[in-house]
Amino acid sequence: MGEKVLMKGNEAVAEAAIRAGCRLYFAYPITPQSELIEYMSRMMPKAKGTFIQAESEIAAINMVYGAAGCGKRAMTSSSSPGISLKQEGISYLAGANLPAVIVNVQRGGPGLGDIQPAQGDYFQAVKGGGHGDYKMIVIAPSTVQEFADSASDAFDLADKYRHPIMILSDGLLGQMMEPVEFQPMKTTEEIEELNKQHFDWCIHPNQPEPNHHHHEINSLEIDPIILEQHVIKLGQKYDVITEKEQKWEEYSLNNDNEILCVAFGTASRLVKSAVDQLNTEGFNIGLIRPIRVWPYPYDAIKKAITDNVKKVAVFELNLGQMIEDVRLAVNGKVPVKFMGKVGGILFTPEEIKAQLEEWLQEEK
Amino acid sequence: MKTEIICSGFGGQGALTVGKFITKAAMREGKNVSWLPSYGPEMRGGTANVSVVVSEKPVASPLVSFPNILVALNQPSIDKFGPLITEGGLMIANTDLCPNKLNRDNVDEIYAPMNQIANEIGSDRVLNMIAIGIVIGKTGLIKYETIEKDLTAFLEKKNPKLLELNLLAIKRGIEIGKE
Repeated sequence: MGEKVLMKGNEAVAEAAIRAGCRLYFAYPITPQSELIEYMSRMMPKAKGTFIQAESEIAAINMVYGAAGCGKRAMTSSSSPGISLKQEGISYLAGANLPAVIVNVQRGGPGLGDIQPAQGDYFQAVKGGGHGDYKMIVIAPSTVQEFADSASDAFDLADKYRHPIMILSDGLLGQMMEPVEFQPMKTTEEIEELNKQHFDWCIHPNQPEPNHHHHEINSLEIDPIILEQHVIKLGQKYDVITEKEQKWEEYSLNNDNEILCVAFGTASRLVKSAVDQLNTEGFNIGLIRPIRVWPYPYDAIKKAITDNVKKVAVFELNLGQMIEDVRLAVNGKVPVKFMGKVGGILFTPEEIKAQLEEWLQEEK
Repeated sequence: MKTEIICSGFGGQGALTVGKFITKAAMREGKNVSWLPSYGPEMRGGTANVSVVVSEKPVASPLVSFPNILVALNQPSIDKFGPLITEGGLMIANTDLCPNKLNRDNVDEIYAPMNQIANEIGSDRVLNMIAIGIVIGKTGLIKYETIEKDLTAFLEKKNPKLLELNLLAIKRGIEIGKE
């Protein structure tokens, strides 16, 4: 780790991706994500990588498909409406077992919506915005440091499972500046080693035996008997990921929590401020923050609902999406309350605190 | 200890930069910091503002609803954020663009003709540095030396004349803040 620098989230994740060995980046500009593509346009040539401002989001995701098929670390990024355009490509990546990283800097929706921070793409990211039986590991950072760290995390996971990974951030994380410490830049030798791990399946010229033969990158299988086996295998991959890759943060969690809050990303930071304030006033509120929203930490939430927990409170910058997963975890044991904001408007810590106080009052 | 700041002004006045230099200096001095700008249509002509948090502990919410310090470079900034300043808080305002005072009993208000002072120093562009100087002189939140080092690294080769004017503006601001 080097010196701390003050950087926007959009720039930090771009820098971190280059350091993690990404040398192929394709995207189309959109606010509030544009600093990311701008940074890549400036820095990728210096890293002797390839930057292409594609003619559309659809072209960009398919360029990623091609690059990933060659076994390289490739990335694209956009904001909500642009991510919708990429869904077909994401489904194809999943179907063809290709490693890739997609960054979504969410803004208000649906449709063109606005350019302010929101979390309305949770369903799209977690439940599959494209067609077919696929799941994506979805990393939901809450600080600029985490946003940056999620780049190498995403590439490692993508390589490990040969699968597309999404980083689900939002306009606030993209636009704000916080101190960041970066991992060292991967050397050319290290990047070559990373590429080699894919030589047994990827398209790569001039390979020595045993890899010097025909490799096929494809998501089409007309024979249902073969496709059935293919999809069953994908399912087995998702089972392994579900078992091994859950990640969450426990904040002020203890056996005497009266209310358990659940929030992810930007919303979780606003909730933390309210939780801190209430706990200094003598209440006992805990928070679980899923760091990855798929695979979802159902068991962690289930475990946190001790006999003292009267309610679970979910906070999201949408009309209520993750709450469905929280309900699955809670399984009717206690009431699940919801507070949301939409349209790119944020709730303030003061509003969250007032809402929690109201819910605490109901128990008295 | 946590200090929450809002810096606000017309796009181009440098309100976001005031916040950026304070944030950067506080980071260099070992504090936890965040800098959250408003972005969107207000950047062009309206009121651009930034929330800055400087804290001993990690920053939870980067969003400032009730600032301890308001740097207001124009009248709409006073009108919008002045009533939200916490009791015992501080407002630093540019009288050249703020005809109406805030007049709150429980807030320390410092008024300075920043456009005029900046012109005396030699450039409109250093207006925001006067504001930073006042923050330093009044609160000691960050050290002059830290900002001087940062500015020098940034401007020494690119524009030594502007560096000199910037440092002069900060020093003039510190004097006003200490008065």
